[in-house]
Amino acid sequence: MDLWLLLALCGLATYLWRGAGVLVSSGIDAKSEVFTWVSCVAYAIIAGVVSRMLLMPTGTLAETTLLERALGSAAAALVYFRLTRRNLLAGIFAGALALWLLKL
Amino acid sequence: MGEAAFRQGVREAAGAPAAILLAGFLGFGALAAAQGIPLPVAVASTVLIWALPGQLIFVEMHALAAPLAVTIVAVMLSSARFLPMTLMLMPEIRDARHRAWQYYALAQLLSLSGWTFAVARFPQLPRAQRLAWFYGFALVLVATSALSTAAGYVGADRLAPAVQLALVFMVPMYYLLILSGAVRERIAALGLACGAVAGPLAYFVTPQWSVVLGGLSGGTAAYLLLRPR
Repeated sequence: MDLWLLLALCGLATYLWRGAGVLVSSGIDAKSEVFTWVSCVAYAIIAGVVSRMLLMPTGTLAETTLLERALGSAAAALVYFRLTRRNLLAGIFAGALALWLLKL
Repeated sequence: MGEAAFRQGVREAAGAPAAILLAGFLGFGALAAAQGIPLPVAVASTVLIWALPGQLIFVEMHALAAPLAVTIVAVMLSSARFLPMTLMLMPEIRDARHRAWQYYALAQLLSLSGWTFAVARFPQLPRAQRLAWFYGFALVLVATSALSTAAGYVGADRLAPAVQLALVFMVPMYYLLILSGAVRERIAALGLACGAVAGPLAYFVTPQWSVVLGGLSGGTAAYLLLRPR
């Protein structure tokens, strides 16, 4: 399977929505019920992908234990919510650093 | 005339907004390297898809050896949100002096983070300057993200395995923290909770369809819970 072809199709699949938004930009209510559902699905998809990465990882992250990933997540949350004023960069790096230390 | 607004957009993006994306795309680059995606494809995905959830799905589905059609359906589902986002932004940007192609190019540069900043910033900007401001702002975000993708990829490829692990771990951390900030909204809280349960469950049933199945079932469950009758 050509990866470039797949990438082009994925880019196109995303652009269809973007372009459609410009094309029809009047006459559709962006706050309608359909879009509430679309929003729910978007949140569910990313939450599903991320929770699977944390609970049942494949690839590299599968070399860590659930406890190690939980400790890394706790470090990230601690720095983000408690030690800084919701500094996203600091929180993410703290999580990564904690996992790195656990794996040394 | 638009030049000053463009430069202002560049300046405003080169700070906290770019720093947020840096972390997310460093992780994405590392993940792409770990899952065996070639470097040019990983960087091109940042420019061509330009939506981190869609890119994660692209990489993960490739690792799962999912059929082409399933991957495209999953990416389409994850990016459907661009339609209402663009719909909401267009009336704020339209101006008699702009040309149609400029709107279509802008649509490709739109991302959730860029959209969030634009919605907050536009009320203080004169209408005629908004398009140029957004181009400056979004181009900095795209460039930062593309460079971060490459840096994360090369870092994961060359550095010790423990560093690669740590870099890949930045992807779930990015979303864990960003999404936990959104939980105050009812739609987000329900969608996230239902998806976090449905995603792994769907994975037990069918790994290759899990993104589509988990997203549709979790999202629909959240939608039904949102409006009890």
